[in-house]
Amino acid sequence: MTLERAATAAAEQESRQRWLSRLAKVDDAAFDAIWRQLEERLPPHRTLRHPEIGLAMVRGRTGGTGEAFNLGEMTVTRASIRFDSGTIGHGYVAGRKPERAERIALIDALFQENAALANAALPSLEAAIAGKRDDRARKAAATKVDFFTLVRGED
Amino acid sequence: MYVAVKGGEAAIDNAHAYLDETRRGDRSVPELAIAQIREQMSHAVDRVMAEGSLYDPDLAALAIKQAQGDLVEAIFLLRAYRTTLPRFGYTKPIKTNEMAVRRRVSATFKDIPGGQVLGPTFDYTHRLLDFALAADPSRPVKAVPETAEPLRPDMPRVTEFLNQEGLIETEDAPAQEDDPAKTADLTREPIDFPADRATRLQNLARGDEGFLLALGYSTQRGYGRTHPFAGEIRMGEVTVSITPDELGFEIDLGDITVTECEMVNQFQGSKTKPPQFTRGYGLVFGKTERKAMAMALVDRSLRAAEFDEQSGAPAQDEEFVLMHSDNVEASGFVQHLKLPHYVDFQSELELIRRLRKEADEQQRRDAVKEAAE
Repeated sequence: MTLERAATAAAEQESRQRWLSRLAKVDDAAFDAIWRQLEERLPPHRTLRHPEIGLAMVRGRTGGTGEAFNLGEMTVTRASIRFDSGTIGHGYVAGRKPERAERIALIDALFQENAALANAALPSLEAAIAGKRDDRARKAAATKVDFFTLVRGED
Repeated sequence: MYVAVKGGEAAIDNAHAYLDETRRGDRSVPELAIAQIREQMSHAVDRVMAEGSLYDPDLAALAIKQAQGDLVEAIFLLRAYRTTLPRFGYTKPIKTNEMAVRRRVSATFKDIPGGQVLGPTFDYTHRLLDFALAADPSRPVKAVPETAEPLRPDMPRVTEFLNQEGLIETEDAPAQEDDPAKTADLTREPIDFPADRATRLQNLARGDEGFLLALGYSTQRGYGRTHPFAGEIRMGEVTVSITPDELGFEIDLGDITVTECEMVNQFQGSKTKPPQFTRGYGLVFGKTERKAMAMALVDRSLRAAEFDEQSGAPAQDEEFVLMHSDNVEASGFVQHLKLPHYVDFQSELELIRRLRKEADEQQRRDAVKEAAE
């Protein structure tokens, strides 16, 4: 593989990483909005792996920064599909969400075949995620303590 | 010894029907929905997820409904459910320094960069029953004023400040990250003593909150003092990522809520180490501050041998703590006493009757002997 091709492959992987992460993380309303836009663009496809619910062991670090330890498990759903063109899509999402996992897999394949669609969808996904995070951060900021020192002693 | 006894099927069926009816309660009162439990009983949900060692708010809410609010029973239900699922893999260690913080306080420094952020806390409430909650279910909920400036996304760790002066022990990740399958995992292997810190932390993270709270409290009252300060407590959302085999690169799965507590403890120093602060760590699923604090206290206590400070206190006894922290095991063993022990008890009964008879006979013989003398 030439350097140029390796760089392209790395960039492709990075975008795929980005959309798969955002599609898993975004709230239901924002996901449904994206899905409605993309659903009719799906080419013929078949299921490669039916949505399957399983576990991921969540790990933490001693003191937040030290050696890894097993904190506890979480539920995860995964699914895989294949377009008749041969493109394979995978979907992973936290929780028990078979429909969401399958739809992520379909969108994953669609975005691999059509980077422009991905580029069009990513900003709204990212805005929805950032908006939710921002809301919480503003509420938390309202509970930040402003210390003031009382005047003490005699003059 | 248990003996299979036939019979009682009808009684058991009817008992279960009675349980169902009791769960539903008065039918003129609307039935609880899972979403209501998840949203409005979130501390109960969080406790069940933490001790059930399975993060899934909907399942935890269902378990609470099924168990009629008996949280230890709900935890048992969650643990049983997880055994039916395949394991897809291990997540990357979560980055609590990147947490979207909703609460973050320190008892060691007033002016910490990022500030003291109270978040949705019970602290500073007067613990007076709020009858308004009972009177008017449609009363308006107080709105949180949203500030112009959101919190900074990279809340620095309080222990880092102490670290800058080298006054506290550091927690460094190994240069080469080990294969996650090599980290002790209590869901795969039973506990082995002496246990490493990873095993202890996993055990404590899923341990009974009441048990850990009592142990932590005991260290404060003098049974193995550790001179703790709450260096930092933070609660909020962290992203969980995994590298699926079929992809070969890391992707995010979503966010989970966790509470982290770093205790800063005193240490006198030794021949090889200068005096410095030591650390106890607590990390728990959900909004579980009391548990995270207790966990950090007990984690530090269990390091007694490492610092040569053993005093025989219960919280320092690794085997005592780790073997009794699990409420599913504890509840199972205590409650198994309800199961039929008819044959066991028969033999005890026979034995005590025989002993009594022998004692009586001996007494009679002694009396006869005395009278004859």
